[in-house]
Amino acid sequence: MAEASNAVLRCTNLHRHLGQGEGRVHVLRGVSFEAERGQVCAIVGPSGCGKSTLLYLLGLLDKPGEGQITINGQLMSNHDDAARTAARCAHIGFVFQFHFLMLEFTALDNVMMPMRKLGRLTPEEMMARAHALLTSVGLGEKTHRLGTQLSGGEQQRVAVARALANQPAIILADEPTGNLDVKNSAVIFDLLTSLAKENGQAVVLVTHNPDIANRCDSVRPMRDGLFV
Amino acid sequence: MSPNLRIAFRFLTAKKRAMLMSLSCIVLGVGLFVITQATTSGFEKFFIKTILGTNGAMRVQDKIQDTMRSMAAGGENSKFRISSREGRKYIEGIEEPQLVVNALMKFANVSGASIVLNSPAILRNDSKTDSIKIFGINLDDHLRVSDLASQIVDGKLEDFRNSPSGILIGRELCNRQGLAIGDSIIIDARGQQRRYRISAIYETGVSDIDRAYVYLNMGEARSLLKKPTGATYIQVNLIDKDRAPEDAVHIEEVLQHQARSWQWREKPWLSAFKALSISSAITTSVFTLIAGLAMLNTLAMIVIEKTKDIAILRSMGYERKDITQIFLWQALIVLAIGTSVGAALGYAGTYAVSRIPMPVTGIFRTETFQVYISPWHYVAAVLMAAVMVMGASIIPARRAARMEPGDIVRGTST
Repeated sequence: MAEASNAVLRCTNLHRHLGQGEGRVHVLRGVSFEAERGQVCAIVGPSGCGKSTLLYLLGLLDKPGEGQITINGQLMSNHDDAARTAARCAHIGFVFQFHFLMLEFTALDNVMMPMRKLGRLTPEEMMARAHALLTSVGLGEKTHRLGTQLSGGEQQRVAVARALANQPAIILADEPTGNLDVKNSAVIFDLLTSLAKENGQAVVLVTHNPDIANRCDSVRPMRDGLFV
Repeated sequence: MSPNLRIAFRFLTAKKRAMLMSLSCIVLGVGLFVITQATTSGFEKFFIKTILGTNGAMRVQDKIQDTMRSMAAGGENSKFRISSREGRKYIEGIEEPQLVVNALMKFANVSGASIVLNSPAILRNDSKTDSIKIFGINLDDHLRVSDLASQIVDGKLEDFRNSPSGILIGRELCNRQGLAIGDSIIIDARGQQRRYRISAIYETGVSDIDRAYVYLNMGEARSLLKKPTGATYIQVNLIDKDRAPEDAVHIEEVLQHQARSWQWREKPWLSAFKALSISSAITTSVFTLIAGLAMLNTLAMIVIEKTKDIAILRSMGYERKDITQIFLWQALIVLAIGTSVGAALGYAGTYAVSRIPMPVTGIFRTETFQVYISPWHYVAAVLMAAVMVMGASIIPARRAARMEPGDIVRGTST
């Protein structure tokens, strides 16, 4: 029971089809999963097994064909787009493989963007928090650089800081080190996990990298749309 | 600055060149609209001013006589008859002009009334002759209903006032006949020939008037035309000239004399000016239409290029309406800059055009382009640009908002 109460994210019997007509594929075939506060969970498996699709469903970026997703005990999968968007803003931080920074903005602006939308802090508090986050990922000297003026590893560090901006309960990372060299991969993973653990956040990451997966608290292998 | 506006501004600066096309078209559309409307309105207003200064705001003329038709109510032998108004008959001229003038002056909007006696005549000067129209006027009354004083280009009105045989003659007629101040001519009317001396020369700029109208003092005109009483019409000046049609109806009902407003009298010209104004508005609106299409194209490109940014924003909690707003803000920023610069260009252009020498005579006389600056031209130009640009922006903005972030991240967004 203690374990169950610690689960911040839970999904049961998720189904998802992708494509149309003859190309329609049953990607997720009744997946159930839960993520706990302060724990880092890796989802691994071959390409096309449904890892990323599951991650986007858990992040409320997509709607399941069937099944339920609850965040902090609140059923979210059946809510409308506005409610799911609000939940993303308040409870979920994303880190994507290709950094996905907004390149016309500075590192500071990128980190402040989720805070500006949430609107919980004053502009001065947002600025201070963004500075603190960028400093914690080692970019305290590069806060005013545009996305285009940062290296791949630096961009991903900004993405990590941005994911943590609103102090979300859940961090979802889709191959966060997939586009980085070994050294940078280790740096990003350490940053993500240490910062998340400090704040008691649940981290779910999809990875192909066995070294990264082995360093997580739990590993959930997937095959053909199901956990094995 | 709101987060959406901040993002819109950055997106916009990233597509400066593409936005410049839309911006240029808005500037040109608004600027040219303002200039063309200012010039067409300017010439229209100038025409109206000329025509009001010459022919007055209203004319009261032929007397109205109602005609009646009656029928027996109970068959042929019945003594009961029902009468009904069949129509109106007009009796040419005004029998008691002074009584009509006295009644006219009681209307609140009437500022002056001048009795006019008018007849065709022949002007003879040596061997040359010209068909003219003579107008018998009481000078002081007529100065209150016309701009005759300011239309005098040679000679003095005082000479006309003090000389019973003095006449006022148009410059065009003078030129045709080779006449000058002090020259004498013969006017042939109703079988009488009398000699007159030119006291002053006027110029209205209206060819039909300047080559045919000759003013005589009323006493002399009555004597020449053998009309000791009555008048052809009464020229009326109004305080609020735009109310002339309503006043004409009222005056006609009360005084039982036909009353014609300047709007009725000059309807063909006013319609021509209106058509010209609409036509130029349509022509210049092509620029704003292109601005709208350019905006549609640019925003559509931004939607395609910023697909990933849209997904990031959506993943961070930005709602569909935020995405719509971000794109509409971009259009609004360009629109605001475009209309402001366009309005400034329009104002500067209007001023520049008003300085262009352009001698015109015929329907009026002017040496330069006539312009009329109205805030409504600016309002219309901005509204037109706003409708076209914002209308065109809604399509890409809504398309961007409809995108599913999951599809974009997976790379399957279409």
